[in-house]
Amino acid sequence: MTAQSATHTAPETGYNFAYLDEQTKRMIRRAILKAIAVPGYQVPFASREMPMPYGWGTGGVQVTASILGPDDVLKVIDQGSDDTTNAVSIRKFFKRTAGVRTTTRTGEATVIQTRHRIPEQPLGEGQVIVYQVPIPEPLRFLEPRETETRKLHALAEYGLMHVKLYEDIARHGHIATTYAYPVEVAGRYIMDPSPTPKFDNPKMHMMAGLQLFGAGREKRIYAIPPYTQVRSLDFEDHPFRIQTFSHPCALCAAEGVYLDEVVMDDRGGRMFVCSDTDSCEERREQGHRGAMLADTPAALKGESSHV
Amino acid sequence: MTALAHGFGDPVTDAQQVFHAAMNALARPGRPQPLTSGLEPPRPMTPELAAIALALADHEAPIWLDPALAAASGAADFLRFHTGAAVVADPGRAAFALIADPGMPLPVEQFALGTAEFPDRSTTLVIAVEDLSDTNGWVLRGPGIADRQSLLAAPWPHALADIVRLNSAVFPRGLDVLLAAPGRIVGLPRSTRFVEEI
Repeated sequence: MTAQSATHTAPETGYNFAYLDEQTKRMIRRAILKAIAVPGYQVPFASREMPMPYGWGTGGVQVTASILGPDDVLKVIDQGSDDTTNAVSIRKFFKRTAGVRTTTRTGEATVIQTRHRIPEQPLGEGQVIVYQVPIPEPLRFLEPRETETRKLHALAEYGLMHVKLYEDIARHGHIATTYAYPVEVAGRYIMDPSPTPKFDNPKMHMMAGLQLFGAGREKRIYAIPPYTQVRSLDFEDHPFRIQTFSHPCALCAAEGVYLDEVVMDDRGGRMFVCSDTDSCEERREQGHRGAMLADTPAALKGESSHV
Repeated sequence: MTALAHGFGDPVTDAQQVFHAAMNALARPGRPQPLTSGLEPPRPMTPELAAIALALADHEAPIWLDPALAAASGAADFLRFHTGAAVVADPGRAAFALIADPGMPLPVEQFALGTAEFPDRSTTLVIAVEDLSDTNGWVLRGPGIADRQSLLAAPWPHALADIVRLNSAVFPRGLDVLLAAPGRIVGLPRSTRFVEEI
């Protein structure tokens, strides 16, 4: 697949730019400004019904619709991939309702909407990453009452969260939380980084880009401004560690990136490939070759197979 | 009876661009962001104050006016017509406070500071100044600033030192500030601290 930087297309008629009406955008924009001013704090907002079911990124879509301008270039990823149903349909949604340019190239995008991953390529100052969040409250499974979790955040009373991580250690010998790993933002609020693998947590720390989080069903928006301290919770004797992989990517030979396991057959065959499809493609274009990368058939290369 | 000054020429794009400047301003405190406003509001309201109000205020977000604007004929009518927002006398009810005269003291502690549970329910102050520069001046630190950021506003708003001091005392409650000079705005969210005062 190649980067699809289509030129401006005329948006669908009958809708406002980027689908949402202006009053809704203003309400969401005010929530975004407050979220930036209080890093990691969950701002309630009047989430709207979107033409897609909850769980498909209605929160992220509303945030993206509210920040998007006609000159923005949008990239959408789902589990690191530009090609999955969720990513393709959200990209199409904004192409049709806003007529903005879309891309799969991380470096070209000004707005990146994501579900479950942060791109491998570090984000720059001109970029905004919008996370789709299913459950924004990191304390929810420890304390189901919203009135109580709000009080815990107000008092910065986060002992419960450390107890939860401690119980992991007591039961498994190590902190077994591998995704939605809680972080402390700017030394104050404990925040759920959405179900990204903990592998991506260090990328949130002092990121040059702006990070916005939208939870549609739970009606919360939160943010991490650029260059903000983000610390993954841990203990002195059990420091935070990210996942490591024993093999490089089977297609592009990248090391130190997050890999997906692909089951190949029913006899235990498997391969590990980059979860970030764009980063993997760019590396292969640069000539990096993994152990299981096949040669492109001559016919597809555009070379004649006839002599 | 005088004719009402016009609003945004292209309400959708203009509002997005003003919001974009405000978002970047608060995300990168102290760093000036370009803001173009084609508005000609009744004086002493500046085109930048008007642009921020029209982009962000509506019937859910009441506006408080400083004495200079409250006394001006047409300022409140202009805002009511174009935003649908209530213009309130009680600073504690305001989502946005528009301040045209930075030299006057402000009722800093009477604005909405938010609550411990809902710190977002606080007033955003939009203060007009004549010039903004980041080459020298006060030194800022905080989220959104890689290391240190300089800021100089002319004239220096009378209430700003009080606001920043209050913010550090009551965080996460507090007041967020946008400084608006001709063609550029600067954000000072409540998380920003002054490390060196000049």
